[in-house]
Amino acid sequence: METAPAIRVRDLKKTYLVSEREPGLRAALASLVRRPKSEVRAVDGISFDLAPGEIVGFLGPNGAGKTTTLKMLSGLLHPTAGELSVVSYVPWKRDKAFLRQITLVMGQRNQLVWDIPAADSFELNRAIYRLPPADFRRTLDELIALLELEPLLTKPVRNLSLGERMKCEIAAALLHRPGVVFLDEPTIGLDVTMQRRIRAFIADYNRRNGATVLLTSHYMADVEALCKRVIVIHQGKLLFDGELASLVQRFTAHKTIVVQLKDCAADLRAYGEVVSCEDGRLTLRVPKTETARVTAQLLADLPVIDLTVADPPIEEVIERVFAQEAA
Amino acid sequence: MRGLAEIYLQQFKTGVASMLQYRATLVIWLIGNILEPLIYLVVWSTVSRSTGGSIGGYEARDFAAYYIVLMLVNQVTFTWVMYEFEYRIREGLFSAVLLHPVHPIHADIAENLSSKVVSLPFVVAAAAGLSAIFHPAFNITLSMAAAFVPALVLAFLVRFLVDWTVALAAFWTTRVSAINQIHFMAVLFFSGQIAPLTVLPRPLQVVATILPFRWMIGFPVELVLGRLTPAQVLTGFAAQAAWLGAAAVVLRFAWRVSVKKYSAVGA
Repeated sequence: METAPAIRVRDLKKTYLVSEREPGLRAALASLVRRPKSEVRAVDGISFDLAPGEIVGFLGPNGAGKTTTLKMLSGLLHPTAGELSVVSYVPWKRDKAFLRQITLVMGQRNQLVWDIPAADSFELNRAIYRLPPADFRRTLDELIALLELEPLLTKPVRNLSLGERMKCEIAAALLHRPGVVFLDEPTIGLDVTMQRRIRAFIADYNRRNGATVLLTSHYMADVEALCKRVIVIHQGKLLFDGELASLVQRFTAHKTIVVQLKDCAADLRAYGEVVSCEDGRLTLRVPKTETARVTAQLLADLPVIDLTVADPPIEEVIERVFAQEAA
Repeated sequence: MRGLAEIYLQQFKTGVASMLQYRATLVIWLIGNILEPLIYLVVWSTVSRSTGGSIGGYEARDFAAYYIVLMLVNQVTFTWVMYEFEYRIREGLFSAVLLHPVHPIHADIAENLSSKVVSLPFVVAAAAGLSAIFHPAFNITLSMAAAFVPALVLAFLVRFLVDWTVALAAFWTTRVSAINQIHFMAVLFFSGQIAPLTVLPRPLQVVATILPFRWMIGFPVELVLGRLTPAQVLTGFAAQAAWLGAAAVVLRFAWRVSVKKYSAVGA
């Protein structure tokens, strides 16, 4: 028998009604009387399942409907249509037992009380989630060790740096050991070291607790490090759901050849699409099947100092996915 | 129940710690809460002295007593949840609140109480100081003092629930300050803050008796100063209880509808 999915989404839709107004004084006056409304389909019929313990990357450009979906999954938003179940609960009913099993980390200011040390906010969450003191202590010690929170605990939250605060936010959000974790841009605005640390922590939390994790990120490094599987949405619709590797396979028919020449004088458009050239460092995009031939030709025709062939960076792949959809 | 008590305790501690972080704000806020009744006190005492006797049954020293007690009652029952709600909605902080497995009003009550505890010594000191200056006519009997305690608790609860319900307007419109302004004016006028209600014209007194505001501030003040007959005291308690029940029902309903609205549009 197959285990029940931790998250089940079927034909999920969310439509917002937004008022529209032309610019200008006349329109401003007219809007006093009548405000034309238009529908925005933020999420437009997406379906997917997450198995218990899975980490899945949720990708899409700004405004694709990622945050709206996460908000529906965590019970903050009521779906316009479709079916939704998270650990067998209907999220929007916001059952207390449901809320105890999930967490949503979103932005920088959520869980923590601004003016007091994070340790006090942790205590507050202990009371809110009614955690037995021994369990709370154990979880907190673990989080302190993993996220290196010790020196931060006694400073008022407002005096913490962005990265320090994010670490504390994550700790506060996980004190009740939720089995389902929604992370909306957990590493945004953080430096590379901090990003790496948070990434490692998420992987570790997932391993230790068997938690199901759905995460959005603009940093493909996050996704590459954490997620075998990705779900890509664009304009509220599902574009891709599968292994990250096959996303790259499927959406890249090209390879990138970087050639180091003396300067950028030569016209290489005959060899492929010239992406850029700086100080003689020239980047070409060529069809995958042509790679070998073009490489040989470049080496034969030109005084090449150095040459590398690579798959395009994952950011570019994603960009292509969206461009392809738009076209 | 124990779980809830634990939440109150933690929230209370958090509130006290937060309050103490902002000493300057605390002082300014206190000055405001002391100055306002002081102004009315001075105005009405002057008016009553210049008319050579009493207005609506109040002489100068009665006004002093009235406003000093009112300052204390107002201090105990005062809330700023409207500003809190507006701020939370604007900053998008409500999502975090809604993710907690507990009704947010508990946190608000506990936080309100914590700030009261921090500021109470100052207000009591101010009341003592004003008493030394204005020689108020206090004739407080033991039984009135005893009845004052439940009246004050009920007044706090009624005011809190009413304010909290009105604050929910923040879910519906981005221009809540206008609504808050109207609400504050109504409180100021009909609660006995701007003048003891017996000073107001008869029709306004009737309106004030029907509205909830008198039961949030004026009633405990009049009660402790011995200005009410036993029958009036009983009626007052009944009115407080009725308003508390009504406010609780309306709050429940309004909260549910507001959250539904929030989850439909996703502020």
